[in-house]
Amino acid sequence: MDKKEFNIIICGVGGQGILLASEILALTAIESGFDVKKSEVHGMSQRGGSVFSHVRIGEKVYSPIIEKGKGDILLSLEKAETLRWVHYLKKDEPLIIMSDLEIIPPLVSLGITSYPKDVEKMLKDISSKLFIIPAKKISEEVKDIRVLNIFFLGFLSNFLPFDIKKWEEIIKSKVPENKLEINLNTFIKGKEFIKHFD
Amino acid sequence: MKNKLFLSGNEALARGAWESGVSVAASYPGTPSTEILENLAKYKEIEAEWSTNEKVAFEVALGAAIRGKRAIVSMKHVGLNVAADPLFSSAYAGINAGFVIVTCDDPGMHSSQNEQDNRRYAKFAKIPLLEPSDPQEAYDFVKIAFELSEKFEIPVLVRLTTRVSHTKGIVYVNERKEIPLRNYTKNFSKFVLLPVNAKVRHKILEEKLLELKKLSSQIEINRIEKGKNGLGIVTSGVSYNYAKEVFEDAWFLKLGMVFPFPEELFKEFYKNVKEVIVVEENEPFIEEEIKILGFKAEGKKYFPILDELSCDIIRKGYKNEELPHPENFETVKRPPQLCPGCPHTGIFYSLSRLKVTVLGDIGCYTLGALPPHNAMDTCICMGASIGNAIGFEKAGKEKIVAVIGDSTFLHSGITGLIDAIYNKGKMTLIILDNRTTAMTGHQDHPGTGITAKGEKTREINIYDIVKAIGVEEIYEVDSYNLKETLKTIKKAIESENLNVIISKRPCALLKEVRENFAKKTKMKIDEEKCLGEKCKACIRLGCPAISALNGKISISPLLCVGCEVCKEICPQGAIS
Repeated sequence: MDKKEFNIIICGVGGQGILLASEILALTAIESGFDVKKSEVHGMSQRGGSVFSHVRIGEKVYSPIIEKGKGDILLSLEKAETLRWVHYLKKDEPLIIMSDLEIIPPLVSLGITSYPKDVEKMLKDISSKLFIIPAKKISEEVKDIRVLNIFFLGFLSNFLPFDIKKWEEIIKSKVPENKLEINLNTFIKGKEFIKHFD
Repeated sequence: MKNKLFLSGNEALARGAWESGVSVAASYPGTPSTEILENLAKYKEIEAEWSTNEKVAFEVALGAAIRGKRAIVSMKHVGLNVAADPLFSSAYAGINAGFVIVTCDDPGMHSSQNEQDNRRYAKFAKIPLLEPSDPQEAYDFVKIAFELSEKFEIPVLVRLTTRVSHTKGIVYVNERKEIPLRNYTKNFSKFVLLPVNAKVRHKILEEKLLELKKLSSQIEINRIEKGKNGLGIVTSGVSYNYAKEVFEDAWFLKLGMVFPFPEELFKEFYKNVKEVIVVEENEPFIEEEIKILGFKAEGKKYFPILDELSCDIIRKGYKNEELPHPENFETVKRPPQLCPGCPHTGIFYSLSRLKVTVLGDIGCYTLGALPPHNAMDTCICMGASIGNAIGFEKAGKEKIVAVIGDSTFLHSGITGLIDAIYNKGKMTLIILDNRTTAMTGHQDHPGTGITAKGEKTREINIYDIVKAIGVEEIYEVDSYNLKETLKTIKKAIESENLNVIISKRPCALLKEVRENFAKKTKMKIDEEKCLGEKCKACIRLGCPAISALNGKISISPLLCVGCEVCKEICPQGAIS
């Protein structure tokens, strides 16, 4: 991997661990010698709204937010949230890693609006580098839905030039002692999940 | 590696203030400023407090600075409106030890009621303004601010914006420098702003500004960056970073000290460029300064006054170009909502059933204005609900309900309630006491009995205050008991008197509450009894844990906390 700059958007819904995942990613990049800026919005967005984090990695990073058309990677922990950010991606075959989880907001329950259909098809038209992660099945396997974010980071790590030891070091510093083993194992599971796509 | 940290702008600013030897810090929480005091409070060398409101916070920090210790006050942009009175006077009086005021503006209004540009306050109040562009500068500039403040005996305003406050970047840090207590000597002509003294102080202030104007052209945080073409970009704050990416070959006048405007430095810059473009968010502050000097510059001709800037807005605005990117898709909206188990839910559910006019305030409960409750008519600023209600009554003569949170009541609701009593108001006021300042992430306040440093203190009893003010009809309800809540509100509205309902139920996200909920069983739906799409009574509660899809109602075990309020409203008894 000779690329020197990575613009990564991590998105999902409040409570999915988006902010922790982006923090681990950013710190791993710093440990690997890069300049990093990370931006997210706090406050009202925490209350059931969509949550996002922009992580920009490079030799020297100025803007904390990614420009439309400059995003290299979109990591989405909720299906409909993926659509919110695709126009930030570069035109030419961006990498999209998406969860198949559908989290239904109250406005849909109230019948005021509807949940988007055919998300997979829309995304396939944008890039052939689309990886859909069967998150529901995986969270049953790892027996804890709260580590799903780490599974996604493991999967993402296949596309970034950071040493696995650096990832593990940062995860160790960021998760509680009694949750360390499940987090590290889940990270590896995520990394190896790439085998399911040929 | 020890001195290289990954910090947000707010964390970095707190670190820089600590290293500058700050001893006193005061604030009232408000996004995006909150983390500044939260981080300052962690240092044992700093007396840090959550004040009842921004005006008090300002006065506390100013008092410390006059006494002789370096002090800092931080708040969100609209907080400075509350503190504007002492702000203007402090510029006249001046200080003794360094005094820094931090305003965190919110362009784009991620969580604010307006997007005012507080750079205008610096000019209006006649004090120097520093504007960091990233976390490293937030750290560096606060140190410079203290030096400037002491050198010129003047308060210094440091303005961050959301994208500086909440951006994380690499920050190189140092150790704390202890600053001894300065001598305090009584100084009638300086610190007592009687007209006779204020006249003199105003003259002194104008002289300081002339000095500061000279300094602004020499200070190292205002710099010229040479370019390869004739385009000259003048910029400050986070806009600098966006502009750097869009105009790679341009000349830059990067302003760290924006007011007073560096006239001489600008003239030097002007000689080197053919065209001057000002890249700044919101107000044309810098653009106006340049135009006042009689130079040509364009800014708002290309870039909007509304909302945040970004690289693509700048690129589109000036070059009319866009980087190629995929098409935008419509997707589902996720407006903010009351949390599962939120104690406000029962109140707004009841208010929407009673179809009354509800005047609201600033806090989580502002979300009661959104579907499904739609139970709020106004939200203006901190503490406004009660005053607004008095006005509504005076204009319309019908019974009005005002709602206000515990922290907001103590912030600036009390004065409104005193006014209501004095001026014979008839409203029903509901104080939503969830035992915390929830919206900004659970800061303590005088009603919780815990200080910003985590120490126990005397708890202010809201019931006693309301009684002492002169309210004779006071009710207390538990909003988890829907029947009782509805009955009480109905009774209060029908009453001819001014009355207050105190709804006391702690926020569902508080640690102790979450621990209790963890032991509870989650609610389940009996699919045989549930009428699904035909009923939807539970959906109208607006609990995020309950959803309806394809005609079927379900309760998410992930989100449900087990508050059992939905159980109360299901007409079929299908929830248990």
